[in-house]
Amino acid sequence: MRVSMSQELLEKIRRHGEETYPHECCGALLGRDRSREAGEERPREILELVPLVNRREDSPQNRFSVAPQDVIKADRAAEARGLDVVGWYHSHPDHPARPSEYDRTHAWPWYSYIIVSVAKGAAGEMTSWRLEEDRAGYAEERIEVRSESANLN
Amino acid sequence: MAVKVLIPPPLRPHAGGQAAAEFAAKNVEEALGQLTSEFAGLKRHLFTEEGRLRSFVNVYVNGEDIRYLAQEKTPTKDGDTINIIPSIAGGAPENGAKGKAGPPRSG
Repeated sequence: MRVSMSQELLEKIRRHGEETYPHECCGALLGRDRSREAGEERPREILELVPLVNRREDSPQNRFSVAPQDVIKADRAAEARGLDVVGWYHSHPDHPARPSEYDRTHAWPWYSYIIVSVAKGAAGEMTSWRLEEDRAGYAEERIEVRSESANLN
Repeated sequence: MAVKVLIPPPLRPHAGGQAAAEFAAKNVEEALGQLTSEFAGLKRHLFTEEGRLRSFVNVYVNGEDIRYLAQEKTPTKDGDTINIIPSIAGGAPENGAKGKAGPPRSG
């Protein structure tokens, strides 16, 4: 499994993680999934971001939560562009870009979960994961950088 | 006219790829019951083994959280929209725990 996104979007996620450090950032990934069309394996395309507010005020340095109203907001933003919410991103301040047990128990199958590690305020490794249907573990997705500008048509 | 149930992307593979389905239902319980009768694969994602709505599933009727209405007995009428909203949360490991969630599988 693969996801593709522009360098610009990658940098936006990194910057968001640096801006909210030492707290976790979060946001929605808008795009489209044609990975099973035409009998060939294609990457899931991430074409836009919706940066969101981390609602976990009690422990924002190692938890994030998206309010249901923000999930609806992201859905509507996607729908207006003919896209879907294909996943979510968040940062791990001073921790590796690997899903935690807490991530696993709160994740949904199908979505892509992008994690960026932010060490001492500087964004580093970025990874993407998809929860297995049986919820037992994750599959890591390769992140491909798309060089051309996104074509939304 | 009927009650429209919006299905979020992670559940659509279990609903024949559909983003929405319509049912004649007088409350949320009936609508979700019909939804999971038509698409049996949705049941384990929406309900616990005891038949209760999972805590990570939010259900809104016309933009209102049913937790603040009459829960699953919240009445519905033709033209209403039931929105199934996945709860999105996560976070880094506890301090000192640098581990990861189970063995990540390549893919």
